[in-house]
Amino acid sequence: MELKEQAGAGAVTVINVGPADNEQIIRKALAVGADDAVRINAGEDVEPFFVASQIANYAKGKGYDIIFTGKETISYNSFAVGGMLAELLDLPFVSQATKIDMEGSKGVVHREIEGGEEVLEVALPFLIAAQKGMAEQRIPNMKGIMSARTKSLEVVEAIAVDTYSKIAHYEMPPAKSACKMIGADDMDMLVDLLHNEAKVI
Amino acid sequence: MVLVYIDHANGKIKKSSLEAATYGVQLASKMGTSACAVALGTIENVSKLGEYGITKVLHCTDARFDSFDARPIAKAVSEAAISIGANVVVMSFNQNGKALGPRLSVRLKAGIIPGASSMVDVSNGFKAKKNVFSGKAIADCEILTSTKIVSISPNTIPVAIVGGTCTVDAFNPSLTDADFAIKVRGVEMVKGDIPLFEADLVVSAGRSLKGPENWGMIEECAKILGAATACSRAVADVHWRPHHEHVGQTGLAISPNLYIAVGISGAIQHLAGVSSSKTIVVINTDPEAPFFKAADYGVIGDAMEVVPKLNIALKKLKAG
Ligand SMILES: Cc1cc2nc3c(=O)[nH]c(=O)nc-3n(C[C@H](O)[C@H](O)[C@H](O)COP(=O)(O)OP(=O)(O)OC[C@H]3O[C@@H](n4cnc5c(N)ncnc54)[C@H](O)[C@@H]3O)c2cc1C
Repeated sequence: MELKEQAGAGAVTVINVGPADNEQIIRKALAVGADDAVRINAGEDVEPFFVASQIANYAKGKGYDIIFTGKETISYNSFAVGGMLAELLDLPFVSQATKIDMEGSKGVVHREIEGGEEVLEVALPFLIAAQKGMAEQRIPNMKGIMSARTKSLEVVEAIAVDTYSKIAHYEMPPAKSACKMIGADDMDMLVDLLHNEAKVI
Repeated sequence: MVLVYIDHANGKIKKSSLEAATYGVQLASKMGTSACAVALGTIENVSKLGEYGITKVLHCTDARFDSFDARPIAKAVSEAAISIGANVVVMSFNQNGKALGPRLSVRLKAGIIPGASSMVDVSNGFKAKKNVFSGKAIADCEILTSTKIVSISPNTIPVAIVGGTCTVDAFNPSLTDADFAIKVRGVEMVKGDIPLFEADLVVSAGRSLKGPENWGMIEECAKILGAATACSRAVADVHWRPHHEHVGQTGLAISPNLYIAVGISGAIQHLAGVSSSKTIVVINTDPEAPFFKAADYGVIGDAMEVVPKLNIALKKLKAG
């Protein structure tokens, strides 16, 4: 939305792969300014390759200049959908992006790397996996909420996709043994425990 | 055959890639095969990978690979994998691995375990564990495709020198200039610091420090230990510390041998990024702070008083 406003032209489509319940959130995206929306009808717990394949199937040939994804989900932290989608669409890909400025048909994108940041230049079209810093989150207002009701939300059935991986089972993390408390004036003792007991320093 | 992707910065192999090499070598031995590596760009001394048990390195010295661009690298790595008949590719789940792994997964039609935290179990299928739901559960992930990719979380395995030598073969993947669509304009590194992602020891502090001017004692502590510094998101949000230092659900996930948390409450989103650290020390004024439940050693006290004392004690240890 920020890029569209800066350019004074263009349109923003939002897409989600998931069940009908997700339409609440899709409507929110329309309420803060997206032009139209698509939901690929699918179950909730699907693997990244499934999600990426659905989006690629929909986006292919539609001429989007920039595709944004989040960097990761907060449940599985796999960082997978963006990269898979970029490969399926054969697009240049900037992951962990914190900032974008357009210079004509070129994007200047900041990407977080270990111990710093790099500034990259990439010509349209491209795909970005965004993280915090990319844009200011918007809260829908009444006018937006009203206009969202009349915007198009297309529902498309999912295509069949090969299964690449699955979660065989879940388990609890090993229980942590009780925390050893050390007096605030006893830092020699803490250092001794770290050195001789935990053997980490 | 196992293929290990070697990531590098400024011509040097990253420590996280040496972990991947060790992991690949150990996995190959479980599978009754050997491990090769693919190294792309100007990298010093790739033959030292032999010392970690790698038998052959495919090295492409094309300088266009000196900066990271996931698309051409995925093309080159998949070409390398196919040329040696690799059925498993191993890489680090570092910033570059997070971008490369999924691309390669699609190219090779290979399932991926992104961020594995255990050695692969090959006794019944191909499974490895991964932390999920902010560290509240562990998922046993299984790959169902014939080619497989594992990217490993930092510190999943200690780097092991096993001795040995390797051959280095010139490798020339078929790429054109159009494949290299991303140009680097500039890189801003925090000078002189130990990169947080690769650090064995980390000293971290939270909002309770009240301002960036009070980080001197944290930096001193890190310096004495040879540790990296980190912070909570609350700290990065107000720009007391740079964003890439923030750990947790929305920041970096790390698992150092030692994580010292100074004046950090231990919110679930913070713990998500640090709870798999081997040893956790918590310094907090509030005995009820949730972080103590995740800690191995706890100190109830004011950071402003405790940390300088800790620094003196650490200096004594270092002085022997
Ligand atoms: C979607 C989402 C994602 C998030 N992701 C992250 C993330 O990735 N990383 C992250 O860190 N947070 C994240 N958060 C924020 C998180 O919930 C906490 O708000 C944040 O971690 C708190 O930071 P803090 O512990 O520094 O500050 P506070 O919560 O303010 O805690 C300060 C602590 O210091 C103690 N204290 C006070 N004075 C002293 C003193 N003099 N000496 C010693 N101790 C003292 C207090 O008892 C308290 O425990 C996220 C939140 C949300 C909603």
